[in-house]
Amino acid sequence: MRTEMNNIFVYCEIENGAVADVSLELLTKGRELADKLGCKLEALAIGHGLQGIEKKLAAYGADTVWVADAADLAPFRTLPHAAIICGIFKEEKPQIALFGATSVGRDLAPRVSSALHSGLTADCTSLEIGDHTENKTGKEYKDLLYQIRPAFGGNIIATIINPDHRPQMATVREGVMKMQEAAKPGAGEVKTVDYKKYLKDTDLAVKIIEREMEERKVNIKGASVVVAGGYGMGSKENFGMLYELASVLGGEVGASRAAVDAGFAEHARQVGQTGVTVRPKLYIACGISGQIQHTAGMDQSAMIISINNDEAAPINKIADYAIVGDVMTVIPKMIKSYKQNSK
Amino acid sequence: MKKTLKIVVLAKQVPDTRNVGKDAMKADGTVNRAALPAIFNPEDLNALEQALTLKDMCPGSTVEVLTMGPPRAADVIRDAMFRGADGGVLLTDRKFAGSDTLATSYALSRAIRKMNPDIIVAGRQAIDGDTAQVGPQVAEKLGLPQVTYAEQILSVDEGQIVIKRRLERGVEVVSCPLPMVMTVNASAPECRPQHAKLVMKYKHAKTISEIQALQEDYYTSLRDARPYLNITEWSVADVDADDQQLGLTGSPTKVKKIENVVFQAKEAKKLTGSDADINELMQELIASHTLG
Repeated sequence: MRTEMNNIFVYCEIENGAVADVSLELLTKGRELADKLGCKLEALAIGHGLQGIEKKLAAYGADTVWVADAADLAPFRTLPHAAIICGIFKEEKPQIALFGATSVGRDLAPRVSSALHSGLTADCTSLEIGDHTENKTGKEYKDLLYQIRPAFGGNIIATIINPDHRPQMATVREGVMKMQEAAKPGAGEVKTVDYKKYLKDTDLAVKIIEREMEERKVNIKGASVVVAGGYGMGSKENFGMLYELASVLGGEVGASRAAVDAGFAEHARQVGQTGVTVRPKLYIACGISGQIQHTAGMDQSAMIISINNDEAAPINKIADYAIVGDVMTVIPKMIKSYKQNSK
Repeated sequence: MKKTLKIVVLAKQVPDTRNVGKDAMKADGTVNRAALPAIFNPEDLNALEQALTLKDMCPGSTVEVLTMGPPRAADVIRDAMFRGADGGVLLTDRKFAGSDTLATSYALSRAIRKMNPDIIVAGRQAIDGDTAQVGPQVAEKLGLPQVTYAEQILSVDEGQIVIKRRLERGVEVVSCPLPMVMTVNASAPECRPQHAKLVMKYKHAKTISEIQALQEDYYTSLRDARPYLNITEWSVADVDADDQQLGLTGSPTKVKKIENVVFQAKEAKKLTGSDADINELMQELIASHTLG
């Protein structure tokens, strides 16, 4: 009789043979959770041309790497990937399954959760292990996955649990978790998936006719200085000043969701729960009020300066320096002063 | 030959999360929708536009809006009719209360089975939850293929639809057999506005509950004379749904804890925008190697 391992599974996104950062971040987090729970960390690699992929995944802590490698499986299509994952999960019965909150993960994970009737929490900003006592019945649960996320426009932080259904599923945005090679690499034992047994003909009915992937143009995640603008910047033209400051300081420009929605900046620059999470040495928040949706993506910055004419703006509660003033006059002064003092 | 299509749009009436007051949450951690202004979920309007575009491409097609919610959610159906939808179904029942995305998807899938469409179009996600789960979950419950993040329908014929999708870092064109489920991105065209003629035609469109609440014979007779003013209203029993898969019972995810957002106050050093203050700050940043 096979024993149920109840391990942690991470679905790994692979584009052109490279593992996505978000998947390595999830493995890093998964390793930590697996050590806490005393279980194994298993990686799912579904795609094509995956020879040797286990080395990279093992470095980030994967004990086991499930490999389904075939031309039909890349680029990503929902149905075949979902069918393979469901097939493996039905047999392996993981306790936790993690997906990136990306175009791929947010398309795939709900499909899988529906098929398995397991709960799924989107865009978690924190994952913890904890116990739970059901109020009505007094029933106790040990070692559940606390799936923590802002909700309701960022006005609340909710802790979600899935007491009775497995796997406990969550998606996490890129950059939210740290990416770090494991202190002790995993064994990276390859298990070749006999994927055909999970697929129906109809799973391949959606055909990709054309595909154009752009290289990542904006890399605010890796910037040591982020100059971010909010709705308070007033216009796309005014954002120009932020690019100037960022260029002088050697940084990148970020934006709040409100500024992106208003068309002041492109989505790739959005910082926050529905954008990128950044941890720069310096974060300068210009005309940003500081909704939790935004601060969730930048509050780990080493230093935060806010420029806002509203002294009571929530951003000032997490800022190290709060400049109360008009961004349009303060920023040129910063540029001028930096140029003078850095010589 | 283009066929006529039966199109169902999934739309949600959502609290306007941009204007949240103190009494927005109930003690059990669920949303107190009654305390908030209710709007047509923005991306569902993008979805409606795609459905109406399909109808333009395939004349004779029908667009019906399916929404699940309290009685007042009939507003989104009327709004959609003012913009060109042919009618709609309000799925309403106390048993739906507290449903998570999975229970919601199950309920919607029961109603969709009864409507039997060729194409189901939904917004990518709703602004109150931002989960983007219901579209794919509905597709799975119905055993249909899904195309998410649709931005443009390029063609539809011979039982195939060709769609341009907008991904985080790129574009994909895919073909998908019908019937299918698509979810629409905010980057797709905005919805056409309400049309004065349609507003005139449908302004008295009501659900049976709304007519009964008004207790006016006028509306009852109007409804009999003009069947297109009838907004269908279905309960759990009407869609033959299993109670065990609905509401809190049918929801695998539970809310353990809700915290209102309270920022941990850290002592921010207050500065003015004066030249001296800014200069001192920049010197400090350079001295501490935060910059440079």
